[in-house]
Amino acid sequence: MPLSPVATHSSESADREYVWTLNFGPQHPATHTTLRLVLTLDGEKVLKAVPYIGYLHSGFEKLAEHLDFNQYVTIADRMNYLSPLANEIAWHHSVEKLLGIELTPRCRYLRTILAELMRLHDHLLNLGTTALDLGGFTAFLYFFQQREHIYDIVELASGQRFHTSYTRVGGVLFDVNTDWVNRVRKFIREFPPVYEEVDRLLTKNRIFVDRTQGIGYLSREDAINLSATGPVARASGVERDLRRDDPYLAYSELDFDVICSRGGDCYARYLVRMQEMLESLKILEQAIENIPSGPVNIAVDSDMVLPPKPAVYRSIEGLIQHFEMVMPNRSHDVPREQVYAATESPNGELGFYIVGNDESRAWRARTRPPSFIHFAMFPHMIRDHQLSDVVAVLGSLNIIAAELDR
Amino acid sequence: MVSLQELQDQFGSEIQERVFRDNRFIDVPAEQLLQLLSGLKTQFSFDMLVDITAVDWLDYEGATDRFSVVYLLLNVDSGERLTVRTAVNLPDPALPSVCSLWMGADWMEREVYDMFGISFTEHPDLRRILMPEEFSAFPLRKDYPLKGRGERHNFPVITRSEG
Repeated sequence: MPLSPVATHSSESADREYVWTLNFGPQHPATHTTLRLVLTLDGEKVLKAVPYIGYLHSGFEKLAEHLDFNQYVTIADRMNYLSPLANEIAWHHSVEKLLGIELTPRCRYLRTILAELMRLHDHLLNLGTTALDLGGFTAFLYFFQQREHIYDIVELASGQRFHTSYTRVGGVLFDVNTDWVNRVRKFIREFPPVYEEVDRLLTKNRIFVDRTQGIGYLSREDAINLSATGPVARASGVERDLRRDDPYLAYSELDFDVICSRGGDCYARYLVRMQEMLESLKILEQAIENIPSGPVNIAVDSDMVLPPKPAVYRSIEGLIQHFEMVMPNRSHDVPREQVYAATESPNGELGFYIVGNDESRAWRARTRPPSFIHFAMFPHMIRDHQLSDVVAVLGSLNIIAAELDR
Repeated sequence: MVSLQELQDQFGSEIQERVFRDNRFIDVPAEQLLQLLSGLKTQFSFDMLVDITAVDWLDYEGATDRFSVVYLLLNVDSGERLTVRTAVNLPDPALPSVCSLWMGADWMEREVYDMFGISFTEHPDLRRILMPEEFSAFPLRKDYPLKGRGERHNFPVITRSEG
């Protein structure tokens, strides 16, 4: 069914007196965070859905203009909190493009591993909660247990489980050790059996398939026209993955497939995410065995990277270097240019448009948030569906309100 | 790849190009914007609008215009990216809406309007999206303070008895 561009704005259907209005959210278990929908219903059929967002708007982009490139990472990882490190990597990817920094091979691999762990992290919760909203509690618990292992891995690397603030301009906060590498190997070994178990629980589950198949259909043309990216676009047959088409980090050296589907419905998006987890595992396996040795950060004398903490605390040179790096007018040599760089975050294309000024903070740092773009499609996708399909479509789009509102 | 010469021949010689790293920027006067964007979409198959954003240049050294509006375009099949920039100025910053070209522009333009006060003519539903309806300022403008202007403290609260 082709979508009409005026769907959200027509009000003729609302005049009929048997139509009723339902306020969905801002606090509803299936919104998972804070967003509000005003649904116009004919019985259980959704005639119109008008989203109201902004409940979690906290001015991230304004803050980016007042914090330096390293400080803003603490804000960036709070955007999509299902995969905080993916945001950090995207942010510093853009900053490094602006500054013209070439990362060390070890850092490229380390960030690739973390980015793929975050893809698993995000998909695990998204698929789990989608099943939860549709009545399947078990899958959620099985997947959440696996997320705990990823939390442990991330904690071992950065010292924090959730908002890691791990990446820095030109590298990361600390290097990882062999214990960490073994932990990742263990996860790669232990994850597939659980995956298969959930696959058996959901993929051919009659109730789950009935609730998702043919629901929230998005054609290829509409997906492109509505700027869909990531799993949502790939489930509609848009064969595009920035990891392959615009390679960054170590992706060009690794072997993986881009998962696509022609289904375009909630079930296709579920299948794409499930298959993508296997591809992520494949990337992890290759990357963790081939992680190069050598320094993880670029050379300190480039005047681009913070010196290692032991050097700061124990030597005068390190302390001076650190001091120079945190002074807004003395650190990075920032070109007065504009740059857009994007990464394939678990949710879609996460890019930052940064305007450089002479100081080491951005004049403007626009986030291209996949959740925001995907939620704009929601009113088009839900039209003429049943009320109960609202949660299925919301789940399949993976709307993260913190990223939606920033 | 679309060449600058082709664009200048078709859409006027005021169109300028700038390349930084792997980004290609096309600067166009606001009058030719809609014509250029629709040409890029139909003739050069830039079928996806990745994002619309704006930059406030107040007090930026060497800046001549107050705002830039930035359109990030993508050709899905070839992967070619193009960034189209145009300038708008006070007192009445306005541009034609591109919702008729890309449906995805709807919320992006609403956000630019909400944050910068740049209006888009013929937008189907131009109202605030992130800030509350009654908010009067445009928070991402450079003359708006980081801490706000006390809106948070003076926000009307409806108590249970009044409601």
